[in-house]
Parts: sequence; structure tokens; C-alpha cells
Amino acid sequence: MPDSAIIIPSVLNGLTTGGLYALVALGLTLIYGVLHIINFAHGALLMLGLYAVYFLNVQFGIDPYLALLIVPPAMFALGYALQRGIIGRASHGRDENILLVTLGLSIIIENLSLYFFRSDTRTVDTPYSFDVVEIFGAFLPYPKVVAFVGALVTAALLWLLMSHTDLGRAIRALAKERKGAQLVGINADHVFAMSFGLGVACLGVAACLLLPSYYVNPQVGGGFVLIAFTIVVLGGMGSFVGALIGGLIIGVVEALGGLFLGESLGQIGIFLIFILVLIFRPNGLFGAKA
Amino acid sequence: MNQANKLLMLIVVFGLIALAPMLITQESLLNIVIMTLYAALLGQAWNILGGYGGQVSFGHAAYFGTGAYAVAVLQVQFGINPWLGLVVGGFAAAAVGAFIGFCTFRYGLRGSYFALVTLAFAEVLRILSNSVDFTGAGVGLLIPLERSAANFQFASKEGFFWVIWAMTFAAFLTVWKIGNSRFGAQLMAVRDNEDAARALGVDAFRVKMGAIMLSGFFAGLAGVFYAQYFLYLDPHIAYGAAISVESLLVPIIGGMGTLFGPLLGAAFLHGLSELSRAVIGDAPGISLVLYGVLLVVMVLFVPRGLAGLASHLRSGKPAESRVEEGKGHA
Repeated sequence: MPDSAIIIPSVLNGLTTGGLYALVALGLTLIYGVLHIINFAHGALLMLGLYAVYFLNVQFGIDPYLALLIVPPAMFALGYALQRGIIGRASHGRDENILLVTLGLSIIIENLSLYFFRSDTRTVDTPYSFDVVEIFGAFLPYPKVVAFVGALVTAALLWLLMSHTDLGRAIRALAKERKGAQLVGINADHVFAMSFGLGVACLGVAACLLLPSYYVNPQVGGGFVLIAFTIVVLGGMGSFVGALIGGLIIGVVEALGGLFLGESLGQIGIFLIFILVLIFRPNGLFGAKA
Repeated sequence: MNQANKLLMLIVVFGLIALAPMLITQESLLNIVIMTLYAALLGQAWNILGGYGGQVSFGHAAYFGTGAYAVAVLQVQFGINPWLGLVVGGFAAAAVGAFIGFCTFRYGLRGSYFALVTLAFAEVLRILSNSVDFTGAGVGLLIPLERSAANFQFASKEGFFWVIWAMTFAAFLTVWKIGNSRFGAQLMAVRDNEDAARALGVDAFRVKMGAIMLSGFFAGLAGVFYAQYFLYLDPHIAYGAAISVESLLVPIIGGMGTLFGPLLGAAFLHGLSELSRAVIGDAPGISLVLYGVLLVVMVLFVPRGLAGLASHLRSGKPAESRVEEGKGHA
């Protein structure tokens, strides 16, 4: 049994990883909460964002954190176009069809990336990549701490947007009562696409904060997809606070699972949580109503 | 087409396919026929649950991998004959189906939730097989080469052809029988409107359990065949996402919930990937890009697949989609 000198740093490390996961899950939960669709291409879109940050850094010397001004707006535009052009037309009344179309999109995006960027794993060099911050006696990588704070700020901004702007009110109205919202003049197709764009923009933010402490290759998104789903389900689909807390829980579970069960078997905890929560608490640990 | 005609056509089609070893002398061409039949078997397995039962699975690798590992582990670790492993593999995969079905249908998971949970189960199995010793962990299992028919390792491709031909024919006959039985009628009623079916006295849980076990059984057989054909397995091959995607792509392209859909889909997919290889060359990822494009295009514009398109062209009536009036969310 490892003692607290190992467990506490492990938990703190898990919390910062969890912050990154939460960032990825925020976009997914926004899209689910409004459109009631599960975006299977989420991981592939994150991968595209990571490549964007990577090439901005390598070709133009733009710092990943400065790329926050460029990548999220570009991802927003991409998300808007995808929803308006393809995903929004796919359902034919069954939500599985959306899942299939977004699966198709993720296959296309991942394999085009494989074709153009090859399967090499790439990282960026920043002056702060290997800086550490000391918290409660544990040494945490500086980029992960930044990402953790970034996740909190992003969640707060999303909450402000949803509760205090006209767009947010329109989004919530559509999510609650589609026909009623349309009757009072809300353009459903536009607002749905805005929501999807916002969700994908969150991935742009995640990509900028993630890359300094992470890497990118064409398969990198796959690892995030099920983790992000697990977080969204755990926190209650559509809930920002739930996504944050869910992300932190998953980060800690993964860190402790790795500590006690070893690197390979450690991941299993995440999927078991996912299965158990979907079976027994499909509205999430913090989900409001059935 | 009525049921008797369908059976007749099924026998004719598989009879024609059976001529392949006589007509095709090149091993590489026969290999394409074998892989097409194998894809049709995998797709038909998915079709039982996804097409006829309306339960879209994203994790059919769970059954495929279980069948494949069953035959490989029994051989490598216990020296058990693969023909016995074939039977064990099929039933082990059906048992995994029963377990997953019990866990999900018991609690009323439907739609996207069911899809995601099946994916998670396949991932759990992938991690397990990557972590324990008797599956060879991440290194995988190499089945020792001992070419003999008694050992399910044929010297020529023709032997493998007859095995996969028989397995696939059996799967298609089973699906014909489903379309012609009380069980099948109940399964399709559950697919079209579960609440209405239950109100009429259909035991939806039992019907879906039957479908997932049959589906798992045939996907397990495909896994057994794969293991014996390539004599190598690792967690990524057996339980990876590629198998899950292939098994749903085939019937979606060919036509979900139709008897011949998986065969059309498998032939189309393999024809296309051979064509793309000939035209574009072996660039990494390109044939998969085509698969992705096909999936998007089919779901968007041809939700009933090639089989639906064919019957639409024959009858000249508008191809109204059975999925059009489904219930919204899970």
C-alpha cells in the first residue's frame, strides 16, 4: 500500500489532468445539452485543433497560449459549418444516425490527417514546457496548472454566456422547447449551429492549453473520446459544473488506477465507471430529473 | 419478394459464389472473395441486432475478439483442436452478448446510450486482453503453423474459402429464418416501436436478448475464422475499433434490416477498396477516408442502403424511409 507521500502528489497530478479532460468535455456537454446529439467526432476535431496549434507554432513561431486568439475562432467556424452543412441534416428522426454520421466524420478527419501529416508524434518546444509549480509539496508541471485554471475560466465564461446573453437565452429556449422557441422567432438552424460551433471552439481552447504538455498525432483524439463521454455522462449530460467535477473525478481515478493497478489496467476504471453510471444513473451523479 | 423467393434467391446466390474456386485460379483473387464473405458474415451478425432489432452497436469487436481469442488461447495455451475452438468461440461470444445484453437491456438503455455502452464494453475487453498473460498481453498470440485440414489450417486458400462460405451461408439462412418467424416479427416490432410492441404483449427484453446472442455468435465465428486465417492476434486487432466500424459499415451501406444488404455492402466495400488501391495506390488512410465518406453519404441520403435503393428503382415508388418517423431521443 503506497503511503500518502505518493498518493497526494498522485491525486494532485490527477486533478490537473482532470482539468484538461474537463476542458474537452465542456464542448461535448454543451453540444449534448442543446442539440441532444452525441458528437462522436469530438476527439478528431480536438486533434485538428492540436495540429492547428502545432503548425502555428512551428511555421510562424506563435506561442500556443497566444494561439488562443486564432484557433478557437477558427474551430468555431468549422463547427458552425459542419452542423449547418452535414450533421444537422442527418438525423431522419433517429439520434443513432447522428452518431453514425459523426463517426463517419471522425474517420474522414483522422485518416486525412494520417495522409497529410503522417503518423509521427509531434510536440512543441516552449520555454515553459518543463517548468514546475510546487503545490502542497507536490511538483506539478506548469502547463498542466495553466490548463487547469483555463478549464475553470472556460466553464465560467460558458456559464456567463448561457445565462446572461441573448444567444444563451435562445440556446436554452431551444433546448427546452424547440417549437415554442421557433414560434417566438428564434432561427433554430442558426442557433443550433452556433451551439455546435461553441462546443467545437471549446476544443480549440483545449488544444491551445493542452499542446504545451502533450503531443499530437492523427490518433490522439481517440483516447479522449470515451473519456470525454464518461465525464459528460458522469456529470449529467448538458451540465457545465457536472463536466468540471466529472473531469476531476476521472483524472483522479485514472491517476490512482494507474498507481494501484499499473499503467495498462489502470484505464479500465474509467470505462467501468462509464458503464455503471449509464446503467444505474443515466442522468449523471448530479443530473436533475429523469 | 416473398419469403420462398428470397430463400430460392439466397440458394442461387450462394450456389454461384460456390463456383468461385473453380473459376478463380489466382490465390490473390480468391483472397478477395474470402475477405468479402468474411465481411458479409460480420456485417450480417451486426445486422441481426442493429438492422432487424434496431439496437445500433458500436462494439461488435467485443464478440469478434472473444471468438478469435477463444480459438487462439485454447490452441496455444491448452493445445485444444481449433475445430472444437470454433464451437467454443461461437458460444463464448454469444455468452458475452448475453452478458452485455443483460446489463444494458435490463436497464432499458436505448439508442445512442446503448451504442456508447457497447463501445465501452469492447474497450474494457481490449484493456483486459492487453493486461493478462494468457492472451499474450500486448505482444499478442501467434498460432503455431501446422498446415492440415484437421488443424483448421489449409494449405491452399480453397479450404478457407469453403469454411467461410459455409459460415456465411449459415448466417444468411439464419437471418432468412428470422425474417420468416414469430421471433423476427417480434424483433422488428420492438425496433419500430418498442412501447407499442410491449403493449401488444411482446417480451421486448427476451426478444432483444435473443438477437444480441445470435448476433454475438456469428460475430464470434467471424473472429474464429480471422484467427485461423491470419494465425495472429493482438488486443488492438481483436477488440479494436476497426472491427466494430467494419461490422456496422457493411450493413449500413448494403441496407440495414434486409437479408441481402450485408452481402451487397461487403461486395461494394471490398470492390471499392480494391479500386481505390488500383487508382490511388496504397497511400495510408485513403481507403478509410472513402469508408468515412460512404458512411456519411449513406446515412444522409440513402438511409435504406443499396438494397433499399435497388427495390426503390425496381418498384419506381418513392423510397420512403422506415426510420423517418422514429422517436427522437433515447
